[in-house]
Amino acid sequence: MTYRLKLYITGRTPHSIRAIENLRAICTSQFHEEDYDIEVIDILENPQLAEDEKILATPTLVKRLPTPIRKIIGDLSDREKVLLGLDLVETARTEKGGQE
Amino acid sequence: MTETKDASNLLQKVPVGIPGFDNISDGGLPLNRSTIISGTSGAGKTIFGLQFVIAGVREYEENGVIVTFEETPADLICNVKSLGWDLGALVESGRVAFVDASRAPGEQILETGNYNLSALMVRIEHAVRKVGARRVTLDSVGSIFPQFTDSNLVRREIHGIVGALRLLGVTTVITVERTEEYGAVGRFGIEEFVADNVLIVRNVLVQEQRRRTIEILKYRGTSHQKGEFPFTIDAVDGINIMPLSSIELCQKSSNVRISSGSKELDTMCGGGLYRDSIILVSGATGTGKTLMVTEFVRAAIKAEEPALLFAFEESPDQLRRNTASWGVDYVDAEKRGFLKIVCSYPETAGLEDHLLNMKRIIDEFKPKRIAVDSMSALERVAPVKGFREFVIGITSHIKHQEVAGMFSNTTSMLMGSESLTETHISTITDSIIMLRYVELQGQMRRALMVLKMRGSSHDKQIREYVIDGKGLNIKEAFRGVSGILAGRPVYGMGDEKERMGEMFGGEEPVS
Repeated sequence: MTYRLKLYITGRTPHSIRAIENLRAICTSQFHEEDYDIEVIDILENPQLAEDEKILATPTLVKRLPTPIRKIIGDLSDREKVLLGLDLVETARTEKGGQE
Repeated sequence: MTETKDASNLLQKVPVGIPGFDNISDGGLPLNRSTIISGTSGAGKTIFGLQFVIAGVREYEENGVIVTFEETPADLICNVKSLGWDLGALVESGRVAFVDASRAPGEQILETGNYNLSALMVRIEHAVRKVGARRVTLDSVGSIFPQFTDSNLVRREIHGIVGALRLLGVTTVITVERTEEYGAVGRFGIEEFVADNVLIVRNVLVQEQRRRTIEILKYRGTSHQKGEFPFTIDAVDGINIMPLSSIELCQKSSNVRISSGSKELDTMCGGGLYRDSIILVSGATGTGKTLMVTEFVRAAIKAEEPALLFAFEESPDQLRRNTASWGVDYVDAEKRGFLKIVCSYPETAGLEDHLLNMKRIIDEFKPKRIAVDSMSALERVAPVKGFREFVIGITSHIKHQEVAGMFSNTTSMLMGSESLTETHISTITDSIIMLRYVELQGQMRRALMVLKMRGSSHDKQIREYVIDGKGLNIKEAFRGVSGILAGRPVYGMGDEKERMGEMFGGEEPVS
């Protein structure tokens, strides 16, 4: 199973930086490196992408894959909620990857 | 557009393009500011917001951005098609841009920490730059609140967006939902932040009729007309406001006289009716008001001037038949283009809609004479205030065309003269002709008098008239009879024969 994640931010604000750090931490603890893909989009540089994705708040993490598409807003500091949004349960590090 | 930054004292306004709004707002919406428009569900706020943008493109070469929080752009485009607006085409041609901030159905949003709504602002700014917008509508801002848990944060962010829009140099309309017609301006307390200008639209149920009004509650730093103004929404103009209190009394006036259709009546009026006057014909049912109107129309046809007849009591066929019995050929006149008959039941529309419709027909047909038969029929479909506004509206419009208008009015009492309609109309009209029943020696006779004739002397006598196959036939004055208008005719004592002689055809008047 592959995770395709897009993180929308507005510039390098403290919120943005914290969100990126939190996301990296969650992903490295949950996935193998080849199982996920994070794209960070700064909408100041590319506002049309925010329009296409209908982003209102930043930071917003969009889980494109696996479906259903889900939006997780905020700086991702509530780890449990992030995991919930990614359809993950806190698992031991040994069981990396999804459980298909 | 000129720069306004330095003109700190004078607030510039931008003409909106909504008929009537520029009158009641003394020039439009404050340039570069945000204006809240608040109303209950179905009051017309979204249409106002959209019309602001669309009219900007159509009439002022100003592009616009529509930020939609409630409906999707596709829904909005579809909904306004019924108003004849092709919003889709404007989007395609790059004149209007949408920012879709509506919530996708079923979309789940999880909040996992701190965030703000700067993405929304970035998108709005992007859209504004993309089309070079000068006008922005946020519709309806209340719908963004349920999407987030922290209302205070959303309020703060909206406040920030409004400030940023001002820096962008656009004029903004923000629609806000309210729950009561007469209560707090809006939900979620948005107006506390963006309260420079507040408009209220209402859709109130009065006597089982919906009445739409718009009110400018607050216009910071600039003038506006006060109070509620009725408006309509239809497929031709969208929102159309009737700026009654700002109607100017500046019509020209002419000395040209026209015929009323009856030679005797012309003489009574001092040589005919003025070409640009409003004449009220008032009488009980069956006194011959419609006939009077017919004579008026006949005179127009004879002079080969186009006449327009609004009939609210009879069908066209009925009118044609009845008038033919008086020797007036409506069918032929219609064929030759000298007559247009517009018939409708008063109940088919609100008075505002009637007014708008009548104005349009007048503008289109460009008649020299306009007759309304009868004004009092319209009275029953509206509250008193609405009716008064209607009368003022139609009168001023007719006067602006500088043509003659004749209104008929049915009095409620067979003999007396009191009628609600009269008190509203009589001061506005230039001439009043009264038709009354008179009971004399067990007979119902008819009396006519010219009660008022602005700008001219007129016959003060109360004359008898009869209705025959040729129409209205005015005869001699009643003599020796008093109290006709009061509905209690009293005649002087004396010999029966003598009295009869005195009454009609006597040389010297008997008091």
